[in-house]
Amino acid sequence: MNIHEYQAKELLQKFGVATPAGKAARTAQEAERAAEELGTSDLVVKAQVHAGGRGKGTFANGFKGGVHLCQSPKEAREIASKMLGQTLVTHQTGAAGRVVNTVLVAQSVEIEREIYFAIVLDRATGAPMIVASTEGGVEIEAVAEKSPEKILREPVDRLAGLQPYQTRKLARQLGFTSAQVKSSSKLFDGLYRIFLALDCSMVEVNPLVVTDRGEVLALDAKFNFDDSALYRHPEIAALRDVGEEDPREVEASKYGLNYIGLDGNIACLVNGAGLAMATMDIIKFYGGSPANFLDVGGGATEEQVTQAFKLLVSDENVKAILVNIFGGIMKCDVIAQGIVNAVKAVKLPVPLVVRLEGTNVEAGKKIIAESGLAVITADDLGDAAQKAVEAAKTK
Amino acid sequence: MSVLVDKNTRLCVQGITGSAGGFHAKQCMEYGTNVVAGVTPGKGGQKFEEKVPVFDTVAEARQETGCNVSVIFVPAAGAADGILEAVDAGVELVICITEGIPVMDMMRVKAQTSGKPSRLIGPNCPGIITPGQCKIGIMPGYIHKPGSVGVISRSGTLTYEAVWQLTSRGHGQSTCIGIGGDPINGMSHLDAVKLFNDNAETHAIILIGEIGGSGEEEAAEWIKENCDKPVAAFIAGATAPPGRRMGHAGAIVSGGKGTAAGKIEALKAAGVAVADTPATMADTLLERMKGRN
Repeated sequence: MNIHEYQAKELLQKFGVATPAGKAARTAQEAERAAEELGTSDLVVKAQVHAGGRGKGTFANGFKGGVHLCQSPKEAREIASKMLGQTLVTHQTGAAGRVVNTVLVAQSVEIEREIYFAIVLDRATGAPMIVASTEGGVEIEAVAEKSPEKILREPVDRLAGLQPYQTRKLARQLGFTSAQVKSSSKLFDGLYRIFLALDCSMVEVNPLVVTDRGEVLALDAKFNFDDSALYRHPEIAALRDVGEEDPREVEASKYGLNYIGLDGNIACLVNGAGLAMATMDIIKFYGGSPANFLDVGGGATEEQVTQAFKLLVSDENVKAILVNIFGGIMKCDVIAQGIVNAVKAVKLPVPLVVRLEGTNVEAGKKIIAESGLAVITADDLGDAAQKAVEAAKTK
Repeated sequence: MSVLVDKNTRLCVQGITGSAGGFHAKQCMEYGTNVVAGVTPGKGGQKFEEKVPVFDTVAEARQETGCNVSVIFVPAAGAADGILEAVDAGVELVICITEGIPVMDMMRVKAQTSGKPSRLIGPNCPGIITPGQCKIGIMPGYIHKPGSVGVISRSGTLTYEAVWQLTSRGHGQSTCIGIGGDPINGMSHLDAVKLFNDNAETHAIILIGEIGGSGEEEAAEWIKENCDKPVAAFIAGATAPPGRRMGHAGAIVSGGKGTAAGKIEALKAAGVAVADTPATMADTLLERMKGRN
């Protein structure tokens, strides 16, 4: 789950992590008031969407740039009025763009130096690890590629936690002056507390900046939250903005389906995450392109299968559907009945290839055969994938 | 001789009175697994299926029945605690089926169990089976057949796919181990490969991996120097978009690490035969076995 920049800023403030002052605004009036409250003539107005490249983006109304510097509350109001309610297109949003419902009005700071700082989950040790670099403000992957020696790694003991000496050591390694050691250590510690308290799988600050006045500030922060732990953080779950997500995925999540939209034309319905990924792979291998990842899970009901099927059919790009089930806990007859119910309700607009194997496979095949539906059956995974690719081509 | 579990295994089921725990405990018993105890806090003194004694704690179950393996069907919020309880009781092998355990909880488990003699399989896994002797977990028993191929996998249904391909071609399995799809787990690909390599009854290995992490690469590195048995592999997720969690919490490509291409390259460099598609996992292994004879 992703959150907006202004929400991230609120979390930083809550945990005492120094960040430039700023407030969210949903109307032009609110933007003006927020700017007044900041009491500075160094202001920035930023469109809030879950996509990068905002500064270089363009609004559908012709207004250029989703990030603007300004000097007065009146100017902030004008800029906000050109952003709010408008669609912003950046290189990450695709041509459809995203509607801007909120802007962030913040104090703009003069940056002297940019640093990269992140806390990640290190899978190898099963513990948190701090990854930092003096080369901030750019993609860390590029730094890792070009100058790996400039990346610092500081492992954290899961039970003991981040120790004060570690934050001081990092501060000096990152080139902070003696006068800045205290403030930067406090900032690192605050970020680690957020990581632990909110069940993050990653906290990334890029850039962490030193201003012309020597202040150390987190300019922007990206949080990745562990979906499995959201049940114990209702305040984080409430930050979800479904307007920023693929509508197909929002629909799927209502029915507890594990769905990820892709841009191909062969829809897949599979049980199990590994088999679902492998099904996408084999479609590609035979020259096709998957429209989605969909794992209906091990305990799906007939109703869930029906909803999943409706979702696949509603995607206009889809030219063929491939159902690949290896029943373990999942029974083939339940899947078959769910499909038959769905097809009766929505009418099948594209060819359907079904491959069933495992628990109650004979009962499942019988339900499909007796339904009178025009289903292309397949005996194994390879056969099913080839038939689906073929069907998508001829449609 | 199989690895880890066989007909002498004495199994304890944590969460035996729950719907998933009860259903699968019964399935395992029908397969022939020796289920000697169940644990559900507050339900000590009951009998499961009129024959398996239920205890309040794993410690009591261990003391009274001498169970040496425990399988966990406890819901996600309490599963990490269930693992710690089984390890504390000294159970030798702990298998956690539960999906969706918070990563922080698994970090705690990893830190608190390091240095302890117990071995953990999972979480978020189908379990382990030695065909014809002992089934512990949620896999359909009938697709398996006793034999000499060891199977290791991060995914449940993809394992069934490989097993079924082997069985329908007349090749049985020594033991199949599902290590699970979470980013922090117990047994690794490498641990399982080492067990199979040392096991006289296992003549060949199928290793099934997926995007994310570096477990497959570590196994490949070891295989290159130490493994003299034929190994075939398949890596799922070559077409997955980066940065997205593909069902399994562990299946995510981040920062260009953990890609399918990188894993396939490492495996090939180690002399492992990598299947082009999930439909040819067994055939790829059989080809490789022919090549050796």
